[in-house]
Amino acid sequence: MTAPVTSPVTTQATAPTRSRLDPLPEHSADNPLSVHALTVAYHRKPVLWSIDFNAPPGSLTAVVGPNGAGKSTLIKACLGLLPKATGIVEFWGRPLRKVRDRIAYVPQRESVDWEFPVSALDVVAMGRYRKIGWCLPVSKKHKQAARDALAQVGMADLAGRQIAQLSGGQQQRVFLARALTQHADLYFMDEPFAGVDAATERTIVELLKDLRDQGKTVVCVHHDLTTVRSYFDRCLLLNTRVIAQGPVEDAFTDENIRRTYAGKLTLLSEAAQMVGPASSRSS
Amino acid sequence: MQPPTPPTDPTFLSDLWTVLTLRAGFNTTTVIVGVTLLGLASGVVGSFALLRKRSLTSDAIAHAMLPGVATAYLAAVALGVNGKSLPVLLLGAAVAGLLGALMMHAINRLTRLEEDAAIGITLSVTFGLGVVLLSYIQRSPQGSAAGLHHFIFGQTAAMLPADAKLMGALALTALILGVLLFKELRLLAFNANFAQTIGLPVQFLDLALLALIVLVTVAGIQAVGIILVIALLIIPPAAARFWTDRSSRMVALGAVIGAGSGYLGAAISALAPNTPAGAAIVLTAGAIFFASMLLAPRRGALATTARAAWHRFRIATDHALENLYLAHTHDHTHPPRRQVIARPVAFYLQAARLAQRSSPVSDGGGGQSAARPEGEVRVTSHTRLTPTKAGLALGAQLRRNHLLWEEYLVTYADIARTHTDWPTDQVEHILDDTIIHRLESALEKRGVRLPPPA
Repeated sequence: MTAPVTSPVTTQATAPTRSRLDPLPEHSADNPLSVHALTVAYHRKPVLWSIDFNAPPGSLTAVVGPNGAGKSTLIKACLGLLPKATGIVEFWGRPLRKVRDRIAYVPQRESVDWEFPVSALDVVAMGRYRKIGWCLPVSKKHKQAARDALAQVGMADLAGRQIAQLSGGQQQRVFLARALTQHADLYFMDEPFAGVDAATERTIVELLKDLRDQGKTVVCVHHDLTTVRSYFDRCLLLNTRVIAQGPVEDAFTDENIRRTYAGKLTLLSEAAQMVGPASSRSS
Repeated sequence: MQPPTPPTDPTFLSDLWTVLTLRAGFNTTTVIVGVTLLGLASGVVGSFALLRKRSLTSDAIAHAMLPGVATAYLAAVALGVNGKSLPVLLLGAAVAGLLGALMMHAINRLTRLEEDAAIGITLSVTFGLGVVLLSYIQRSPQGSAAGLHHFIFGQTAAMLPADAKLMGALALTALILGVLLFKELRLLAFNANFAQTIGLPVQFLDLALLALIVLVTVAGIQAVGIILVIALLIIPPAAARFWTDRSSRMVALGAVIGAGSGYLGAAISALAPNTPAGAAIVLTAGAIFFASMLLAPRRGALATTARAAWHRFRIATDHALENLYLAHTHDHTHPPRRQVIARPVAFYLQAARLAQRSSPVSDGGGGQSAARPEGEVRVTSHTRLTPTKAGLALGAQLRRNHLLWEEYLVTYADIARTHTDWPTDQVEHILDDTIIHRLESALEKRGVRLPPPA
């Protein structure tokens, strides 16, 4: 397959490096999320370096990595909340602004002030604002949708409670309910299991599986290595660069985890500790 | 706010009544209505500014308006227009306010200075510039009559009905826009990142809030003055926040408090011409604020202090009961805690509470359920408490929960919950069985005597 040097077209085709702007072969309209050559930098320090990442439809993906690996940054950059240095993020093969209606976001619980004077129902109804439109009050219909979402996360009776009066787990469920009212097809969740009680953890896991069974896609920043295998079917091991990605059984190997946490010795030993009981429990 | 005549003087009270019922002549009435509208609008806009943490930004914007007023006057005189025309001066103020906001934004973006530094720099530099321009105007031949210095402290006495109407119209515009954008501004203040992901133009909304702040400030600088107009934006919403946990009610109540302060303050100032209206309005708002801060039922200082004291007391009684249990069972596996029931007052308080308390430990303080005929301790002598059967059972449970929570927090500190009322919350209600078994065996291994579950 030697190409004549004179033809510019074939030269390009056999070139060893792909142009940054060429679409990946897996860039298809089927993939809810495809990230290509994404680099994000704060000042001069790269936080994410040339990330290629795909989330196929109907998948539950855990984004795993040590602190400062860029997990939240990845989600925020995908959602346009942080500027990209370079790279392309596409949803079903289209840019973000064309598909906002189909994407929901669950931010980190600590990212907002829970003393804010709103009720649980008020917060959940925020998921409907795009459908309600400018300057109009939240109508009965949308309030009902918000109530239904609260019921879905087992908080029907706490709708009127001020959000500071909720436990950490309940606050997390409020955020999930808000995402549910958006009736999206792709969900980004930033550490939904952080600091929640056992009952909430079970509720969220059920919810994730329900979403997947409905054919929805979930990308979830996750910090608990012991539960990756049981909660998720795909994972992305991240430490500024992509260490590994794919189905959990292929990508979530001891070797890959070690490479992800390399250089962080305390975290490494902690990781080894956590993976130990998990693998023995699953066998 | 010292009235010229003692408040008990019947003529003062009847005068005040005349002013308050808007029968004190057309001028005074127009001013009072205008200032009331201003208070209404600033309560609404100020609520959003407070929630979005933009209150001090508003202060810098107000200060930046002084050079704007002065420049507008100079420009108008140079162009041969009436320099004292209020619309011209307020237009200058609005432009300068926006420039001040731009200056803060630029300092933030281009340097690593924190926001408070940017606010302080903008506020002082622009105000200094304003003072220099003002003294220049007053030294110039036609300047002494300008009366621009009234903009610093505010002056309602010199306001014409037309001025008051302009103020009212500006305030009304801000009020209507603020109410229309309620839902969007609230989301912006609560969770701007989320707002952006659902496609709301976050930067435009921040700009809209800024415009509303400028509108209210411009409306207020003649009556209340550049230095004090910020008070109308901060104090009424902050006072309203004590009374409610709903932003809708906070905005409404902030508007009512703002309007009330404007109305009362303007009336008092109308009767005492030497009292600047701005000061009277702000002091009225301040009085409402301090009353709210002290007396509000749930968030007020008295209520929260009482709650904190009650909480400390409850923990102390729980510890006392646990200690009684430990003494009773001669359990020395845990180093003994200092006796918390040493002081006589605490002793009687705790004895009274323990003897009265009849709720099971699991309900975490609150509803009294399942009344037991017997208290938890008996006072057997002046300095001795003897636990009853029920008290011992409760002490055992407290001991168990306490040990398990302690172990849990030590072992799993990184995923510890924040809303746990240990040792009162029963571990079994929150953690799952596997973790509890693990905690139990860890404690057992160290030889700690753990009471069995109830």
